[in-house]
Amino acid sequence: MPRSMAAPVWELGMEPVVYQVTGRHQELVDTVTLQMTPVDGPAMSFLPGQFTMMGLPGIGEIPVSISGSPNDGGPLTQTIRAVGKVSAAIAGLGVGDRLLMRGPFGEPWPVEEAVGRHLLIIAGGLGLAPVRPIVYWALANRGRLAGVELLYGARGPDYIPYGAQLLGWLASDRMTGSLIVDRHSDEWAGPVGPVTELIGRHATVDPAKTVAMVCGPEIMMRFVIQALEARGFADSDIWVSMERNMKCALGWCGHCQLGPVFVCRDGPVFRVDHVRNLMTQSEL
Amino acid sequence: MVQPKTMGALLAEHPIFQGFDPEATEFLGGCASNHHFAFDEFLFRADQPAERFYLIRTGDVALELDMTGRKRLVIHTIHPGQIVGASWLLPPYRWRFDARALGDVRAFGIDATCLRNKCDANPDFGYAVFKRFLPLVAERLLATRMQLLDLYAPPVEVGAKLQA
Ligand SMILES: Cc1cc2nc3c(=O)[nH]c(=O)nc-3n(C[C@H](O)[C@H](O)[C@H](O)COP(=O)(O)OP(=O)(O)OC[C@H]3O[C@@H](n4cnc5c(N)ncnc54)[C@H](O)[C@@H]3O)c2cc1C
Ligand code: FES
Repeated sequence: MPRSMAAPVWELGMEPVVYQVTGRHQELVDTVTLQMTPVDGPAMSFLPGQFTMMGLPGIGEIPVSISGSPNDGGPLTQTIRAVGKVSAAIAGLGVGDRLLMRGPFGEPWPVEEAVGRHLLIIAGGLGLAPVRPIVYWALANRGRLAGVELLYGARGPDYIPYGAQLLGWLASDRMTGSLIVDRHSDEWAGPVGPVTELIGRHATVDPAKTVAMVCGPEIMMRFVIQALEARGFADSDIWVSMERNMKCALGWCGHCQLGPVFVCRDGPVFRVDHVRNLMTQSEL
Repeated sequence: MVQPKTMGALLAEHPIFQGFDPEATEFLGGCASNHHFAFDEFLFRADQPAERFYLIRTGDVALELDMTGRKRLVIHTIHPGQIVGASWLLPPYRWRFDARALGDVRAFGIDATCLRNKCDANPDFGYAVFKRFLPLVAERLLATRMQLLDLYAPPVEVGAKLQA
């Protein structure tokens, strides 16, 4: 029986929980990271790659990835870019404000697949938010992994979220990685070009011993997949996180349907060979 | 006594020519020379004749434009194992951008006229050279297109600005 029919609705995440904002950090001009705890009870536990439905009564509800650490049991951390009515209202919340939360939802990143192998994380733009929990997990499980590498592409130097943390990670001896920007500005002394350039240059990674996890705009992910394939990666070793408009997040309403899959229930994380033909499709 | 490596043998070790026919690499070596550029030094300048292109061995290079009245605009950076310059391939054989060393740079320089003459004189060699360079040019074209796509732009160009 499908998961969505096995239990009553209130056990399935239809009923929202009231959360309160306990911390707010302005990441970029249009993007904030909120820390939130439930008004009653402990914060939800989650796996890297999962998302919640964040809601404000009378305004709306949107899917947002969890961008904090899955290890520490601390407040729920999410990074929101204000692009429209709901996201702007949520990103505009301040400490002490309340909101509704459902979740966590979705299939997580298959981090255990990387055990004994090299973990290659590739993100572009705000795609860094959904992969950030992978980095937390990888650093906590570093001894079980052959290596951890993060390649990140941003629009420009002013569009890099988690800047100080990111630089700290890349400077540490526990992982490797590089940043690249599409557009140069005066204060930037690093590489300029698309994120695929970094894949070509990091020829030391043996594709047969590596799992790649990719997140960013879908066009970027398509180019990255092609670049990884050119480097010898099999589709079955590449995972992506997809975004589609959502309403129920429970596999009921069909809003996120993509061919035979529901992104909310079967994803958002997919193995590339399972969604290869779907990645060029827009919503139904 | 250890014989110094020929220029062809050195070129064969560069990623661009890995797997290239050894005889062809040796032939190409006749057009190659060693170069060193200090930080901020130009490998070439826009609009000058494209006489020599470079295979980077160490250091990074910026392809950039001098925006009169503004600071320099870096369009792309090039790193060890990559090639700087494609305008030598086709007329009018003039550089479109400046190439500037971002640190200490060591590179093999290839004399473009010498290479073009060898390609004309020996079409098999010329075909092999063009087969080696065309993917690099295609890669650069794709990279430029990706940059132009502005993939990470907010869905609404200037998303709502938030008050800190
Ligand atoms: C699984 C999942 C995880 C997500 N994680 C995050 C996250 O961590 N942080 C975050 O800021 N956003 C995330 N999003 C995107 C977020 O849900 C949308 O930005 C939000 O739904 C927009 O709602 P709105 O009412 O503010 O804007 P709307 O008025 O609905 O849309 C405003 C503009 O944004 C565009 N848009 C809407 N949704 C998306 C989308 N998913 N991708 C690209 N463009 C879109 C619309 O086409 C329109 O141009 C995620 C989406 C999904 C499906
Ligand atoms: S959002 Fe309703 S089925 Fe996925």
